[in-house]
Amino acid sequence: MSASYPPFSRKITNIVMLTLTGLCTLLVLSVLLTILGYLLWKGASSLNVDFFTKIPAPVGQSGGGVKNAIVGTLKLLALASAIGVPIGLLGGIYLSEFAGGWSAFTIRYTTDLLNGVPSVVMGIFVYTLVVLPMHHFSTLAGGIALGIMMIPIALRSTEDFLRAVPRSLREGGLALGASKSETIFTIVIPAAIYGIITGILLDIARVAGETAPLLFTAFGNLFDSPGWMQPTASLPVVIYNYAISPYDAWHRQAWAAGFVLLSGLLVVSIISRLILARGKKLSHG
Amino acid sequence: MKPFDLRQLSKAHEVRFAVDVETDEKLPWPQFTVADLNFFYGAHQALKGINLIVPNKRVMAFIGPSGCGKTTLLRTFNRMNETIPGTRVEGSIRLGDKDLFSFPATTLRRVVGMVFQKPSPFPKSIFDNVAYGLRLDPAIRRNEVADKVEQSLRRAALWDEVKDKLHQSANGISGGQQQRLCIARALAVEPEVLLLDEPCSALDPLSTAKIEDLLFEIKDLCTIVIVTHNMLQAARVADYVGFFLNGELIELNRAKQIFQNPEMQQTQDYITGRFG
Ligand SMILES: Nc1ncnc2c1ncn2[C@@H]1O[C@H](COP(=O)(O)OP(=O)(O)O)[C@@H](O)[C@H]1O
Ligand SMILES: [Mg+2]
Repeated sequence: MSASYPPFSRKITNIVMLTLTGLCTLLVLSVLLTILGYLLWKGASSLNVDFFTKIPAPVGQSGGGVKNAIVGTLKLLALASAIGVPIGLLGGIYLSEFAGGWSAFTIRYTTDLLNGVPSVVMGIFVYTLVVLPMHHFSTLAGGIALGIMMIPIALRSTEDFLRAVPRSLREGGLALGASKSETIFTIVIPAAIYGIITGILLDIARVAGETAPLLFTAFGNLFDSPGWMQPTASLPVVIYNYAISPYDAWHRQAWAAGFVLLSGLLVVSIISRLILARGKKLSHG
Repeated sequence: MKPFDLRQLSKAHEVRFAVDVETDEKLPWPQFTVADLNFFYGAHQALKGINLIVPNKRVMAFIGPSGCGKTTLLRTFNRMNETIPGTRVEGSIRLGDKDLFSFPATTLRRVVGMVFQKPSPFPKSIFDNVAYGLRLDPAIRRNEVADKVEQSLRRAALWDEVKDKLHQSANGISGGQQQRLCIARALAVEPEVLLLDEPCSALDPLSTAKIEDLLFEIKDLCTIVIVTHNMLQAARVADYVGFFLNGELIELNRAKQIFQNPEMQQTQDYITGRFG
């Protein structure tokens, strides 16, 4: 190879493109860090032990926390996962491994439509279906709304990760005398499991921040919400309510709640990336 | 079953076996008896009027240029082609004295094992790869599994290299080791037949030699049908060689005969490298 290889023009292109992509990465990162930093700066004074252990203080009094909203969000997400994960998982398996032609088209088309339904419409839908017959808002209704919202992404990401499993692995299983479903459950799904879990974690993170559907279903609550049949507070709705309130203390708490929510999501997405990386490591040595 | 005279059966199926008087052996019963086999991918006919016998406990090699149907024939032997939509088989194949299509596919594939061209270990540990087929069979007790895994890895000449890392990922070993792992995996369920589709085409010469050596070791255990692009390999490992061209079996004979004195001009052209 001569000393003039690669040619000068390509070196220039390389440097320019590298700088551009680097700048874009920095831009995205700085937006995220700015938001996090701003939330922390604005809400720091409210971030204390009380914030995590106390329910809201009555108007006019200082202190209090959003423990009920944190618990509410966790309960809502647990219920949403209990609904969205099994349906999404089994639907994704069916779509990738069993459905053909007409049924595959129909499922894909309807899940894509479902994914496009505005979240506020989902809230009104569950309001009509659950809240009206029960005559009150509840954790149950909120969990159902979020659960339905989880289905499309859980289903399509499961399908995508299953499809990415090479045909050679499926044939390897069949060639050893495994039936099609044995091959799917003992080879294909385990091969894709890290991806599937990652997709589901990110899906949970996505609905964790939804506000609109909860306004019509879980509503909100200034107190703890025992069981599943009472209205419940949740972090996104608390942020919304406090942010539009006239009180400075509530504004600060809204910032703090935003910080807690965002940190939670960040932790979940970092965990899911780690899981995916571990899966890659396992399957590539 | 009675031993059969290769000549009689070959005549019955119009297989061209030149008679070698000195080695005119009595062979045990045929493993596969293929009569008037046609195979179609949709409208495309990949196998045309194949007649052949695969003798039991021998090594048979299929050679021929790319696209001539070797893989397709191999995959009809364990009915893997059934998993491809739009395919169709005509004619008859017998496994021993039974119709190949009378078995449930899952039973058949435990009798007729297969190793693919590209090493494709499951993303599991080395141990779990070999144990996979064993665990599918509820009749095999859990405490037998470890012994059978070791035995299979020994037969595949892999035991010494992996015995200290049985529980590490199978994706972490070399390509040649992975292919021997796939052979061990197939041998673990003790198949009667082992089909190998160009098992060495992705491997270096040293790994190839190891696999050829192990084929010699296991040919007493099972019938071996191997597809290869490598003429020297066919000459080294095979007792019988079939030459295919455009979906037809042109010539089937003892390996020595094929390479020293082929009957057909096309075979001669192929093995001397004039095409393909
Ligand atoms: N899945 C398939 N669908 C359609 N045609 C195929 C398929 N697999 C192989 N063929 C065709 O069948 C013919 C024989 O292929 P193959 O058996 O793979 O040949 P070989 O193994 O001898 O190279 C080729 O013409 C190939 O294009
Ligand atoms: Mg082939």
